[in-house]
Order: sequence, then C-alpha cells, then structure tokens
Amino acid sequence: MKLPDKAALRKFVNDNAIFIVLIILVLAIAFQNPAFLSMNNLRNIMIMSSTRIIIALGVGGILITQGTDLSAGRMVGLAAVISASMLQTLDYSRRFFPNLPEIPLIVPILICILTGIILGFANGLIVAKLNVPPFIATLGTMVIIYGMNSIYFAMEPNNSQPIGGLRADFTKLGTGYIGPSGPYSIPYIVIIALIVAVLVWVLLNKTTIGKSLYAIGGNPQAARVSGINVSRMLIFVYSFAGAMYGLAGVLEAGRTGGATNNYGNMYELDAIAACVVGGVSTSGGIGTVPGMLAGVLIFGVINYGLTFIGVNPYWQQIVKGLIIVFAVAFDIAKYYVKK
Amino acid sequence: MGDENRYVLEMRNISKSFPGVKALDDVTLQVRPGTVHALMGENGAGKSTLMKVLFGLYFQDSGEVILNGEPVKVENPRQALSQGISMIHQELHPVPHRSVMENIWLGRYPITLNLGPIQLVNHKKMFADTKALLDDLQMDIHPETRVRELSVSKIQSMEIAKAVSYNAKIIIMDEPTSSLTEREVVHLFKIINDLKARGVAIIYISHKIEEILQIADEVTIMRDGKRVGTWASAELTNDLIISRMVGRELTNRFPEKTNTPSDVMMRVEGLTSTNPKSFKNVSFELRRGEILGIGGLVGAQRTELVEAIFGLRAVASGKIFIKDRPVHINSPIDAKQQGIALLTEERRVSGIFPVLSVRENTVVANLRRYRGRAGLIDEKRMRSDVENSCQQLRVKTPTIKTLIANLSGGNQQKVLLARWLLTEPDILILDEPTRGIDVGAKYEIYTLMLDLAKRGKAIIMISSEMPELLGVSDRILVMSMGQVSGVLPQQEATQEKIMRLATQYM
Repeated sequence: MKLPDKAALRKFVNDNAIFIVLIILVLAIAFQNPAFLSMNNLRNIMIMSSTRIIIALGVGGILITQGTDLSAGRMVGLAAVISASMLQTLDYSRRFFPNLPEIPLIVPILICILTGIILGFANGLIVAKLNVPPFIATLGTMVIIYGMNSIYFAMEPNNSQPIGGLRADFTKLGTGYIGPSGPYSIPYIVIIALIVAVLVWVLLNKTTIGKSLYAIGGNPQAARVSGINVSRMLIFVYSFAGAMYGLAGVLEAGRTGGATNNYGNMYELDAIAACVVGGVSTSGGIGTVPGMLAGVLIFGVINYGLTFIGVNPYWQQIVKGLIIVFAVAFDIAKYYVKK
Repeated sequence: MGDENRYVLEMRNISKSFPGVKALDDVTLQVRPGTVHALMGENGAGKSTLMKVLFGLYFQDSGEVILNGEPVKVENPRQALSQGISMIHQELHPVPHRSVMENIWLGRYPITLNLGPIQLVNHKKMFADTKALLDDLQMDIHPETRVRELSVSKIQSMEIAKAVSYNAKIIIMDEPTSSLTEREVVHLFKIINDLKARGVAIIYISHKIEEILQIADEVTIMRDGKRVGTWASAELTNDLIISRMVGRELTNRFPEKTNTPSDVMMRVEGLTSTNPKSFKNVSFELRRGEILGIGGLVGAQRTELVEAIFGLRAVASGKIFIKDRPVHINSPIDAKQQGIALLTEERRVSGIFPVLSVRENTVVANLRRYRGRAGLIDEKRMRSDVENSCQQLRVKTPTIKTLIANLSGGNQQKVLLARWLLTEPDILILDEPTRGIDVGAKYEIYTLMLDLAKRGKAIIMISSEMPELLGVSDRILVMSMGQVSGVLPQQEATQEKIMRLATQYM
C-alpha cells in the first residue's frame, strides 16, 4: 500500500481539522474515564446540543454573508417565554393567561417562529437598507428584544414570576423520545435538530439562495455586478435565522419545563463561537453545516465531558476560550497569503 | 453598407471630469466586430476611465455610447453585462472560496426545481454547461476547482469564459498579460484569436508595444484624456507609437531649478525582491541636493522598489548604503531612524488619517518628540511646530484642528510632506507626489521639492507624468519590468528616450 504523501496528509488535516479535534477531545476524555464512552452520555450531549445546533445554523448563515447576529439569544428567550405563556396546563395555579383555553400545540410554535421571522426581518432591513453594520444593528435589537420580553414577562398577573406548569405534550417535545426507553432511544429534540440541519444544508448547498449567500460573503461587489439582489438576500438570511431562534426558544422551554425573560442570555456568543470553531469565517464566504454541527458538539463535549471527569468548571471556561482563539488562528493561517 | 453597421461599438465625444482633472476630453472610439482594438497611452492618459464609462462604473458628463447602431445608457456593470459588454480586469475579483462553475454562473444558476423563492440549483447542468464552455474554448480548468486555488492566468481564462457565457460582443481586457508568463501569453492570444473568429470585438489595453503590434488590428492612442488618433496596426511601428503617445508640447510650467547635487547620500546595489515578478538587481546612487526621478509604466515595480527601501517589503539580496555606511532596513521604524521618509502613492489609503485633524496628521510620525513632563504630550510645542510647518509649506487650512479630509488634495499632500519633514529626514521619497492635484498646487509642490533639495535633502520622485519627470528631476532613472533600463541626465532626457527605456524589457 502506498502511503499518502505529506501534502495530501496536510490537506486532509487542514480540511478536517475540526472533526479531528472533536475525536481527539472525546478520546482524551475517555482516556481519563473510559465510562465516558457510553450511549447514555452521547445521548445527553446530543440533547444538550440540540437547541444550540439550531441557533448556530441560524447565525452561521448570517456569518457567511460577513454579518453577525447578537440578538439571537434574546430572541430565543422571547420565544421561550411566549410559548411557555400559552402552553400551561389548565389546572395550574399561576397561569400567564388565566382564561386561555387549551390551544393546539402547533399554534404557539408557529407564533414563536413568526415572531422570530419578524424580528429577523427587522434586523435584515436595518443591515441591508439602513446600512448599519450588523454588529451594531443587532446589538441594538438585542437590547430592544430583551426590553420587550421583560415587559411581556412582567404583565399581570404573571408579574415576572418564572413560567411553569407546562403541558405534557409541550414538555414531551423537549424530553420525549422514539423507541424503547433507555440509552438507545432517540429524543424528539435531537431528531428536530437533525432535520433542521439537513434543511439548512440543502438550502446552503442546493439552492440559488445558498449560492448567493456564499457569493455575497466571498465578494459582495462581484455578487452585485452579477445581478444578485444583495439586500433581499441579507433580509432573507436574517429572517431565516429569526425563524431558527424562534424554534430553538420553543424547544428550550419544552426541554427545561419553564421559561423566564433571562432565557437564551448569551446564547448568541456560544453559537458564534461554535460556528467559528467549526470553520465558518467571520470575514464571510466560508462555512459548512457539518462544520457548524462539529463546532457545537465540541463545546457540548467540553461542557459535559469535562464535568464528567471532574474538571473544575472554571478550567472549562479557559479551555473553551483557548479553543476559540486557536481554531480561528489556525483557519486564518490556512488562507493567509503573505505579500 | 451604412456607417452604423460597420462598428459594434461607438463611443462618441465622451467627456468626463473629476474634481480638479479633466479625465476624458471629447474622446471617440470606434470598434469593429471580430477585431482586436488596442487602446494605448501613458499612465493617466484616460484609457481606464474610458473603459470604466463603457462598463458602467462611471457615467460620462457628455457624449454617447452606441452599441450595434443603437444609443445605450450603461448605468452599472450589470447592464453592461446584459448588453454584451464584459470586462476582464484585475481589480474585479471573483468569489475566491467558490468553484469555477459557480463563479461563471453567479447570479444566474441553472434551476431544476422552482418553488418561487426556493429554487434548487441544477448542479449537473451547471457542471455540463461549464465543461462544454471550457472545452469549447480549450481551457484546461476543472469546473469544480475553487477559484482561490487557480493561477492568475487560469482565473483570467475563467473570466473570459464567463464573458463568453454572457454572449459578450465586446470584451475589454485591461493589461491582461501583466502577470502572465510567456507561455500563458501565447495561450491567451490563441483564445483571443478564437474569440475574434466568433465575431467578438476585443478592446485591449496594454503598454506592451510588441504585443500590440502582434495581436491588434487597430490601435487608438490617447494622451492626456484626449484621443490622438486611430490607426491600423499594420501602419504602425514601435517608434511611431512612442512618438504619438508622448508627442506633446512641453510648456514651461515648472519652477526654475536652483538646487545643486553634491556628495553621494545613498547608494543602492543590486537590490532584488523576494518576489520573482518584482524588481531585480536595482542599483543607483542618490546625491545630497539631488532630485532623482523614477519613470516607468504600470508594472515597472517602482512603488515596490521604494517600499522595499523603506522596509515595507522583503528583499532577497542587495545592499543599501547611506553616507557610505551599509544599513539594514527591515521596517519603516528602521527607515525612519536612517533618515528616510516616504510619501506613499495612495494618499487616501496609506497616507492621511481622514478622521483626524491637520494637527494630528502632521505629528503622527513623530509623536515622541512631543513627550513632555510625566509622559504627557507637550501641546504647546506640538501646536507651534504644526503651525510653523503649515506656514512653511503654505498649507491652506482654516485652522490646524480642521479635519484633513476637508482639505483639497494638494493641501493634504502638503500636510503629509510636513509630517515627514518633521522627522528631519535626509532622504525623501515621494511616490507620485502630484497625483490627483490641480495645476496650481502642483507648481507649489515642485517649488517645495526644489527648495528642499537646495537645503541639502536628497529626493527620489516616482512619477508617471513625463513633463514632471523632465521638469523637476536632475536625473531620471527609468525602470522596465522590475529592472533599471537606464539613467538619463536631465539635459539628455526626452520623452521618447524615456518611453523607449520604459518599454525596453517588455
């Protein structure tokens, strides 16, 4: 058998660095405690990562267009609160809407997704039509959305109390599963995240929209000259991301069985970190769905795995920070050409 | 046959002004289908501006563009493309991280399933179409290669293929061979001949006279924003082209020379860039009190040379001596310490800080000088220095706190000059010091330069304007394709000699 030559090996490592890091990380943790490699742990990491995957897929599309979205976490929080407020059991003592009858599960879900789309649309308009830099535009909407959420959350009779008493069909969305109970069951939330990932993959790779987003991120001027409607595409990608955050918010409330106005706080930073670790370039034009998934899973493995082997949580923070910095440095070195 | 049908493109009496400059003055260009029409002229003659008008990047102040006998308005590149005008331009980059086929069909991908807003791209068709297109043009490029992995020559071929896929009737090529090897040029010419056979007209901008005589059918020569004339290339020779490109009357718009060069200030020996396409084996001397002009065409690597002397670019070999001492300059900080100052070519990119005031812009290269007690800035000394320099250089500004962006180009340039004079340099390198500056301000800059030379500074001036080179320099060093092709004393220098040296190694 012929050994692969050095250049081919380097290319392989370069192209798959993120997955190699993920595997090494898992092996390193397993080396400390072989019990880590169990179906149950894998399942837990997947459940924890599901909503984060959906958020990262939303932000990832925006990052590809040279944008960013700081309002993601607050949109997740708003969706969590709205869905929880509408899906409490009829006999719960502190209902958000005391007189609301039992409504079909799908209605609040659609309302939350629609809310996300509307807010994302606003982000897109501000970025594409008012030409406000995405960082600033979404910093503004981030604050606004938190304000809106807090006002809603403070309404009588709820008075800023954590929303609980969620309906079983709702919490089942976040905690239910297919198959026999036990480590081999497949949670709904994981299935939803994977379906969304496949849809986003198709969108980015197989549709004109996806191609246009990559083109805009790679060279906005060339995209414009080629007749791509850049502002429409930007508005689309922010709106689409909004839909993702809406869905993620619903699932987050269902998974945890409650919601407060602080839900989703800083999730955007986790999502952006996962994307860049997964090889999405913040200077635009580069990024894949598998990379984003691997990015989220790396953080999932760090969170869960390091706790599993008893590493001090503050050390986990340091490890996460180092991974962010070096992943991006590595990526930049890959594309950097010296003059 | 009517006049309208003879030309695929007519640009009639096009004029275009920018603040302070008339870039195009009543220029007419007529291009026949299936021919290569060369556009020639010195740097700044207006060729690129004319082409930018055609491609919709600029809009003319007056004159009309007639395509296939119909007057058209080209307001943006998109419209130009849809009307069959394509431009292969080094500044119009493709999308680097995407594949060749996606770049070619950018914004008009073939569709397999159309669900309104969601349209699935037909990759198979896109691949097949791209392959057919590239095969047809005999281009050896794989449709799925990422563009960032392609050579310059391949990217250019891809852009030509893209133009063909747009059914272009006119393809503008701006200096297409400037970064190609000889073999790649041969290949490009093959493609061009193939395009001609398909009835495509090529507008070909180049400085390389040999190349033009080889490939062009007709040649239009421009000078100072005006058309000199159009000739069949068979009627032209190297010398004829040169004399028509430079054949202007030299009027006396330069101050009298009062400086006298004395002993050698700097000696450069065999300076060679690490980049094989850049300058090589450059040697020259620069004397105290001398203005050494550096002439050459686009791609002569003049800016790269002075940037290397200033420590901004890497040098593979060669030596620099200042006052007979060998010096090693690896960064602008070293250069400053050795008494070298550089006014860069791109005033707006690497010169001024537009959001800062005249005062900050003046002192920025020299802040250490104003460190007063407790490490704080000595405002008083700073102000008096800035005011002195502004007065000395006759900077016209309301106050020294005015933002530099609000000053005219000439005054900005004077502030930059003031900045570097405050570092008390022995050697002053000026890269295109009068670009984009109106005539009156130019005269003032010349006066300042001569005055500085008279006070013992050694000055290097890169200029693409022949009259300026001839009017201000004591000696003129001419570069061609990264090499020194000759040094002319002012008394012996003529426009023709400079142009001949500038094209020597092309």
